[in-house]
Amino acid sequence: MKRFFAIFMARNLEFIRDKATFIWTLLLPAFLIFGFAFAFSGTNNAVYKIGTVGEKPAGKAFLSYRHLQFISYPSGEEALNKLKHHQVDMVLDFDAGNYYINNDDTNGYIAEKLLASDLDLKLKRKTVTGTVIRYIDWFVPGVIGMNIMFSCLMGVGFVIVRYRKNGVLKRFKATPLRSIEFITAQLISRFLIVIFTSIVIYTGTNIFLHFEMSGSYTDLFLVTSLAILCHISLGLLFSTRFKSEEVAGGIINIVIWPMMFLSGIFFSLEGTPPAMQVASRLFPITHFIEAARKIMLDGAGLSGVTVSILVLTAATIIFLVASAVLFKWE
Amino acid sequence: MEPLLKVRNLVKHYGKVKAVDDISFIVREGMCFGLLGPNGAGKTTTIEVMESIHKADSGEILYKGKKIDRKFKEQVGIQFQNTALQEFLTVRETLVLFSRLYTRHRPLDEIIKICSLDEIINRDNQKLSGGQRQRMLLGIAMISDPQILFLDEPTTGLDPQARRYFWKVIEDIKKENKTIILTTHYMDEAEYLCEEIVIMDRGKILESGEPKALLQKHFGGAVISLPEKDVNGGLDLDCTPVHKDGYLKIQCHDTDRTIQELIRKGIPLNGISVEKPNLDDLFIKLTGSSLDAVRNGTGGDDR
Ligand SMILES: Nc1ncnc2c1ncn2[C@@H]1O[C@H](COP(=O)(O)OP(=O)(O)O)[C@@H](O)[C@H]1O
Ligand SMILES: [Mg+2]
Repeated sequence: MKRFFAIFMARNLEFIRDKATFIWTLLLPAFLIFGFAFAFSGTNNAVYKIGTVGEKPAGKAFLSYRHLQFISYPSGEEALNKLKHHQVDMVLDFDAGNYYINNDDTNGYIAEKLLASDLDLKLKRKTVTGTVIRYIDWFVPGVIGMNIMFSCLMGVGFVIVRYRKNGVLKRFKATPLRSIEFITAQLISRFLIVIFTSIVIYTGTNIFLHFEMSGSYTDLFLVTSLAILCHISLGLLFSTRFKSEEVAGGIINIVIWPMMFLSGIFFSLEGTPPAMQVASRLFPITHFIEAARKIMLDGAGLSGVTVSILVLTAATIIFLVASAVLFKWE
Repeated sequence: MEPLLKVRNLVKHYGKVKAVDDISFIVREGMCFGLLGPNGAGKTTTIEVMESIHKADSGEILYKGKKIDRKFKEQVGIQFQNTALQEFLTVRETLVLFSRLYTRHRPLDEIIKICSLDEIINRDNQKLSGGQRQRMLLGIAMISDPQILFLDEPTTGLDPQARRYFWKVIEDIKKENKTIILTTHYMDEAEYLCEEIVIMDRGKILESGEPKALLQKHFGGAVISLPEKDVNGGLDLDCTPVHKDGYLKIQCHDTDRTIQELIRKGIPLNGISVEKPNLDDLFIKLTGSSLDAVRNGTGGDDR
C-alpha cells in the first residue's frame, strides 16, 4: 500500500507539473466545444430529415424528393423521441398511418408543406412538442468521450511505453515494487485526472452554453467513470509490451482515428451504411457516447442504458485481465 | 566461509551475440569488487544478471549459498549504467519516492550527507550536471541501506574532477563495510577503489585477483616507454614490446639490463620514461591491444 501511494503521488505530481500537457488537456476540448457551438449556432440544415416507421410504400413522389433525407426507425416511439428533440423534422409512421410534426419546429412546417404536395400519401396529421436540441447539446458527450479516449490511451498507454523505453520501468524493477502496484497506481491516478478534467470541461463550458440535461448528473457521472476505467484499461493493454514510443504511438493512433469518426462524436451514425454501424459497435467509446446522449438528451435512467453499461464493464474486465497477464517491465 | 555472491558458469546471449561466455567468480563480503573491461566486454550484462534484472541462459548466481529470491531486492542497491527517472520531481521527491518502495529505508539526511546532495536537493531531477546526477543515482541506490551496492560505470562520462569527487564518496561508503560491485573501463579507477578485480573482454574473464598481486605476477619491474620513431629495426629483448599511441612499451623483469641493452644499441634515451606498470599495461599485455583500440575495434555499446 505504501508503495502504491508512493507511485500514485509521484504520477499525480508529474501530471500537475507538466504544465504544457495539463493546459492542453483542458483547453483543447473547451476550444472544440466553443468552436462547434459558434459554427453551428443559428444554422438551419438545408436537408430535411424525415423519420420513417414501417415499410415505405413504393412509387411515391415525396419519398424521392431531393433535399429530403429519410431515416427509418424500428419503432414509432424512438422516432417520436427524435422528433421531440428536433433531430428529425417529421415522422411518417406507415404502420399507424400517421405523420407527426413538432409544433415548435419551423423545419417541420416546411416538410409538411412538401408532404402536402404529394396527394398520394394519405397519412393523418399528429403533433408533438419538445424543445430543440442544439447540435452542441448533442456534441458535448462526444467531446467528453474524445477527451477520455485521448487522455486515457495517451496518458497511460503512451506514457508507460515511454517509461519502458527510457529506463524508468527498469529502475522500478530493481526495487521491491510489484507490477500490480505500479499498474493500479497508474490506473487510479489517471482515473482521477480524467474525471477531474471531464468535470472541468463540462461545467466550464456549461456556464456559457447551458447544455440540455434531461437525465440525472449522478447517472452521467457513473457512466463517465465507467468509460474512463474502460479506456485506461485499454491504454494499459497497449502499454504492456511495446518498447518504442513510435510503434506504440502509431498503434494507438490506428485505433483512435477510426474511433473518432466511427463512434458518432461529430455526426450521427443514423443513416450511415450498416457496415459502419456494426464497426462502431466494436469501440467502447461508441457505447459511452450513446449512453451519455440518452441520459442527457432523452432523460434515460441507468436502466435505459444497461446495454452500454454491460458492454463497458465487460470490456474493462477483459482489458484489465489481459494487461495484468501481459505486462512486462522491460 | 560461504562467499556473499557466487557466479557459476554464467552464459548470456543476445540473439547471436554471446555477451557473457561461461564465466565464474566469487565476491566476498565487505569488499569492493571490480568488473573491468572495455565497452562491449559484457560487464553490464554480467552485473544485471547478478542483480536478477535479466535471466541467464545458463549458469547460476548464489547469494550466501542460496538461489536468489524476491527478498534479494530489499538487500541490494543498484545504479544502472543507463537509467531514467520520472520527470517533474525534485531530487528530494525522487529520493522519497524510492524510499517508500522499500520496507525500511535509511534517513534521508544521511543519504544527503553521504552523497553530498545538499545543494541540489530541491532541484528538478532532470536539471543536474553529470556528476550531480550520478551522486543522486547513488543516493537512490543507497536509500534502502543495502548490504550490496551494484554500480555500473558510475563515473563514465564525468570530468576528472567529478570522478575524483565520486571516488571520495565511494571511499566513505566503503568505510561502512558495504559490499560494492563496480564496473568500469577505467583501469585507474579499479586500481584505486577495488580490492579485487576481474578483467573481462568479449564475454570472457582474462584475469582475476587483487590488483597489486596481478601486477606483481605479470610485471617484475617497470614499464619503459620509448617514442617509436627513435627505434630503428628490431630490439632483441627478452620480452615483446607493445605499440601504443606512438610509443613502444617494454615490460621487462630487469629494468637495469633493459636500459643497458638500449644504450648498447645506440637508441636515444631523450624520450624515455620509466613507469610503474598499471592495470592499463596489464590489459595491453593480456590482449595485445590497448583498451581504446579494443573499444573502437569491437564497436561495443556506446549508448
Ligand atoms: N539488449 C541487448 N541486445 C542486444 N545486444 C546487446 C544488448 N545488450 C548488450 N548487448 C551486446 O552484448 C555485448 C556485451 O554488452 P554489455 O554487457 O553492455 O558490455 P559492457 O557493459 O561491458 O560495455 C555487446 O556486444 C553488446 O552489443
Ligand atoms: Mg556497460
